[in-house]
Amino acid sequence: MWILRINMTDATYRLEEPSPAYKNLAGRAMTSTLVSDEVPPLCHPLGPHNKLVFSAGIVTGTAAPTSSRISVGAKSPLTGGIKESNAGSSWGPALARMRIKALVVEGLPKDKKMLGAFLTWDAAQDKPTLEFFDASDYAGRDLYAIYPEVYEKFGKGISVASFGMAAEYGYGNAGVVFNDMNKRPSRYSGRGGLGSVMASKGLKFIVLNPGGAPGVSMADKALFDEGRKKLLEALQTHDITKPKGALNSFGTAVLINILNEAGGLPTRNFSSGRFEGAASIAGEAIFEGVKERLGKEVYNHGCSPGCTIQCSNTWYKPDGTEHASCLEYESVWAMGANCGIDNLDKIATMVHLCNSYGLDTIETGATIGVAMEGGLLPFGDSGGAIDLIHEIGRGSSIGRTLGGGTEFAGKAYGVVRVPAVKGQGMPAYEPRAVKGMGITYATSTMGADHTSGYTIAPEILGVMGKQDPLSPEGKAALSRAFQATTAFIDSTGHCLFIAFAILDIASGYQGLIDECNGILGTKWTADDVYAYGAEIMKKERAFNEAAGIGKAADRLPEFMKTEPLPPHNQVFDISDSDLDSVHGEM
Amino acid sequence: MRITLRVYATLCRYIPGASAGIPLSLELPYGATLADLMKKMGIPGEEVKVAFVNGRARDLNHVLEDGDEAGVFPPVGGG
Repeated sequence: MWILRINMTDATYRLEEPSPAYKNLAGRAMTSTLVSDEVPPLCHPLGPHNKLVFSAGIVTGTAAPTSSRISVGAKSPLTGGIKESNAGSSWGPALARMRIKALVVEGLPKDKKMLGAFLTWDAAQDKPTLEFFDASDYAGRDLYAIYPEVYEKFGKGISVASFGMAAEYGYGNAGVVFNDMNKRPSRYSGRGGLGSVMASKGLKFIVLNPGGAPGVSMADKALFDEGRKKLLEALQTHDITKPKGALNSFGTAVLINILNEAGGLPTRNFSSGRFEGAASIAGEAIFEGVKERLGKEVYNHGCSPGCTIQCSNTWYKPDGTEHASCLEYESVWAMGANCGIDNLDKIATMVHLCNSYGLDTIETGATIGVAMEGGLLPFGDSGGAIDLIHEIGRGSSIGRTLGGGTEFAGKAYGVVRVPAVKGQGMPAYEPRAVKGMGITYATSTMGADHTSGYTIAPEILGVMGKQDPLSPEGKAALSRAFQATTAFIDSTGHCLFIAFAILDIASGYQGLIDECNGILGTKWTADDVYAYGAEIMKKERAFNEAAGIGKAADRLPEFMKTEPLPPHNQVFDISDSDLDSVHGEM
Repeated sequence: MRITLRVYATLCRYIPGASAGIPLSLELPYGATLADLMKKMGIPGEEVKVAFVNGRARDLNHVLEDGDEAGVFPPVGGG
């Protein structure tokens, strides 16, 4: 295994033996540890001392099902704290197969010229090798235009990481993009502005071709195989994750209707928990709309190799040509309910534009919601919202203000109702209607982040038991347990959606642990899963505190404590001491 | 009594012509439960994972009242 360091100050690279202390670290555990160890917490995120770290998970690159996640970490330009954001793509398995434990991009270039890095396997030397190439022709352009050119240039078998124009402007809202299975620039480590960190380093592409690489080494292949079979069986049995189950049929946007019924679908910039247009933008409407336009039922596809859940959809124009992929729950909510827009064609245009310009859809929709609240345009104005995304992509004055993200836009337009924590815009669950999720938003080391502790499973979906979403009771402990377990799953390289199956099916959970033990030669039990995750959270928390982001930042915006939210007319009533107990009792 | 029912995802297939989230207005005898409502509509109770009445999750033995709005889901997930 290697740590591959790319130094952009002098355009060189070197391979290092990882420290023994890093032996069992991968994915989020690796990115957050390396950032903690090497990045000064008070550095400027776009300055010379920040580092951008890529790491695939423990089982990524193997036959483990649904395990092709790639973690990206750095100090975030959006939150000012530590960031890990992961995506599903063939890129992660390619990195893992070349036995690169972490790829670290360091330094700042002396001029503004963009370079690319092409990484292949050198069979003679039995190690990865890297060549730089001039990428200046690709700067300032639509990602959908440049991805095909990169595929043309480097041929078959490659995977591509990049960023769009949003990152070239240095926005707090700019993701790192990876290819999907159909070579689209559509799989994002979207949150927290990591694309701008990559752009600041002048590294426009990291292209991988792992041909000839040896693959992931395993301490005990039999144990690994036993584990992956248990996990596979759980995934193929559980109603949410099985073929033609909810995710495969309706995609993640199947959640629109259930959050709306529960009164927890943030609507018109978090002013209501119900959207009257919910049914027309939900996963069922996407499924029916595609059926009508293509004349056949279409089940979803995988974002990355080896996924058995396959939840990614494609939306088509009335003439049957492709419009956008993928319409995720978060994206449809952000552009839809949150902006008062109920038209899937308009939403698809907005999602596609975010992918073109390299924007996080959640932050973009949350920002436009705040702009609507601030009077820049009315709620429901889809044409105006589309124009604003173009402004962001063009880097106009308005665009640069909005590219700064939800909180930045709130300040610019004098808005009080700003749904953000630690500077990061809130995703698609209303904290006043789903209290455990509110605790996760408040206390996550990442800023408002639904994936970091998905209490929605028991609070709304009836996975791992049922809990009343309106009750504050026991929710701090619930969020803490979810956050620690999630930090572990984020380190395995599995998609978080395996949680639906393994939280209900014990043998699947054991399978996950067996897989990791088989690869690493460890003897972990379920207790170690929590401990491993808790250790990651402690490192992230310590980084944030040293960056000036402590307890006082573990709070929701004031309006959520004072404005009752219809239809349940609830406020966020979790005490500060309960919020503090999430990290305090870790 | 009059009840509004919304069905979602794969449960729509049990009601000819039903679309997810489009309200159906129904007449039920007083004292009817969610389970009675499912039976009347031909929806197998075991396929209902989460049922809401007026936005609150309820068991199938929950007794309905005039004017209630119910929404029923099979197992769904996402993120």
